[in-house]
Amino acid sequence: MSDHSLFVLGATHHTAPLAVRERLSLGAEGAAALRAELAALPGLEEFTLVSTCNRIEFYGVAATPGVAAEVQQVFCDRQQFTAAEFEQFRLSLSGPGALQHLLEVTAGLDSQMLGETEIFGQVKAAYGADQAQGHTGAVLNRVFQKAFQAAKHVRTHTAITEGQVSIANVAVELAGNIFGSLAHTRILLLGAGDIGEKTAKAFQSRGAAGLSVASRRLERAMELADALGAFALPFWLMPVKLADFDVVVCATSAPEAVVTLAAVQAAMVRRPARPLFFIDLALPRDVDAAVAELENVFVYNLDDLAKIAEENRAARAAEIGKCRALLTERAAALWRQIEPRLQAGAGADPAGAGGGEPA
Amino acid sequence: MFASLTDRSWLWLAAECYLAGLLLGTYFVVRGGRRSAGWINTIIAAGYLFQLVGLSLRGRAVGGCPLGNTFEIFQFTAWSAITLYFFVGVTFRLSLLGYFTSSLAAAVTLLSLSIPAWDATRRAHIFGGNAWIELHAALALFSYGVFALLALTSGMFLLRHFSLKSKHPGGPFSFLPSILDLDHISVRLLVAGVTLMTTSLAVGAVYWLREPERVNLTKLLVTVAIWAAYTAALGLRLRGRLLSKRFAWVGVGLFAAALLSLWPIDASRYPREGNPPAPAAPR
Repeated sequence: MSDHSLFVLGATHHTAPLAVRERLSLGAEGAAALRAELAALPGLEEFTLVSTCNRIEFYGVAATPGVAAEVQQVFCDRQQFTAAEFEQFRLSLSGPGALQHLLEVTAGLDSQMLGETEIFGQVKAAYGADQAQGHTGAVLNRVFQKAFQAAKHVRTHTAITEGQVSIANVAVELAGNIFGSLAHTRILLLGAGDIGEKTAKAFQSRGAAGLSVASRRLERAMELADALGAFALPFWLMPVKLADFDVVVCATSAPEAVVTLAAVQAAMVRRPARPLFFIDLALPRDVDAAVAELENVFVYNLDDLAKIAEENRAARAAEIGKCRALLTERAAALWRQIEPRLQAGAGADPAGAGGGEPA
Repeated sequence: MFASLTDRSWLWLAAECYLAGLLLGTYFVVRGGRRSAGWINTIIAAGYLFQLVGLSLRGRAVGGCPLGNTFEIFQFTAWSAITLYFFVGVTFRLSLLGYFTSSLAAAVTLLSLSIPAWDATRRAHIFGGNAWIELHAALALFSYGVFALLALTSGMFLLRHFSLKSKHPGGPFSFLPSILDLDHISVRLLVAGVTLMTTSLAVGAVYWLREPERVNLTKLLVTVAIWAAYTAALGLRLRGRLLSKRFAWVGVGLFAAALLSLWPIDASRYPREGNPPAPAAPR
């Protein structure tokens, strides 16, 4: 009988506040150096290091009982934590619990933004890096590949990833409901604030055709336009040019509405068949309330977007039970496969568990 | 076993398939809309084949296009709409269009099957052996199929528009195509429908000019009125005068009017054409 065990050790947004996570975070160089140290650790047969802005996690196969503590010590030494300090925020699981945790992380169930899919890519990249360097073996190869399959299964068979949950992405999704593909959609950003910039970036990431920035301070508009690879537009030209755009992201700090009913009516005369979508992120609102009544014009303000995001979040949360049940079933089946290997000693590659199995 | 089935049995099977498509589509939409298109398309395809067999049997029995009574006209219109769906659905991949088409086909075919009086009699030799007038009738009915699909895309537009204006874009609404995609496809369908109907009227006009005494004035007036209404709608749409929600309402309203106009047309034929109502075709 062997003492091999599967474990996960680390800290996540559930256990550690942002200030602590900042101290725990590893840059690319730090992660590489830590990997080298862990590779030299006796008794640590396999490991993968997952490091994102919301979590630092070590998945490992230990040949002896004290190995997880040694991994913790190596990490604490590097990040200048005392063991007692780290243990306040520590996540530590082993056996089936570690397996279930990995499956939930990969499926986005453990993410701060429930159901987000970026974590899938991050875990895959982390595993890929360690696999390439020979840090993974028969057990972790199987475990991670099955985790990726389970995450895909959950995404396909539940609504955990449906509906956007951030304001910017909700706005982009709404634009898709109006225009379909955004490839021919022109965006105008009014104001040069942070939330407007984030929304504009979200549109760019979804392939919007063109972006222009107009701000009451032209130099600020030019600065942001440069940063975003967009065009700058003098603010006073906005009412005249309104008809040239499909989506107008309004995020100025103007004390009154800057998009008037008359300006939008004039714009719609020039583009009667094409809808115009206003995303009003400003407080007080930038778009005259009467604009929403116009034919073929759609106006969503901050409250509208926040409400949709919240509804989507609630819909995702309602799927957690279903997702967890699916993952528990898969984790149990996977545990039944790897437990005998761990008991026999993890070194041998179990049948069909090699690194070549498609993820 | 299949050889013993009558034309109406095949048409019942088709209607049941369309109904299954409706029920399955509703189930998928309520559950979140995942993995529905393949199943619904398979069911619609099966219904389409059954309906084709049923209409072919009847066509063979009557020696021409089966358009001799209200029942056959409804069946042919539903079949035309499904035919077009396969082109439009594959080309434009409009989500939920299959579900809505299946719903419309189920409603139209089941309605026609559940009213025996519509199929109790049929006009014999309605085309008088004239292939051109048969083409005229088939094109006219096919254009009704196009307008049926236009009514569906218009209805989908109205649902999508309502969801966006009322700030409830989620739930079942989230599976609808975009406003712009629905508008584009509706315009194309209207162009296609008006072109088909214009061609049909042009072909029919040759016949009417040769034998004006055989022209059914009610039918002529109603058909020209429907054609004029759709043509006017197209003209107004292309000139930017009929847009968005109003255009969609017109798409739905005109199809309802076109469908309702089939009754006065059908009712007016018997006294004028002088052909005594014949028993329905052998089943």
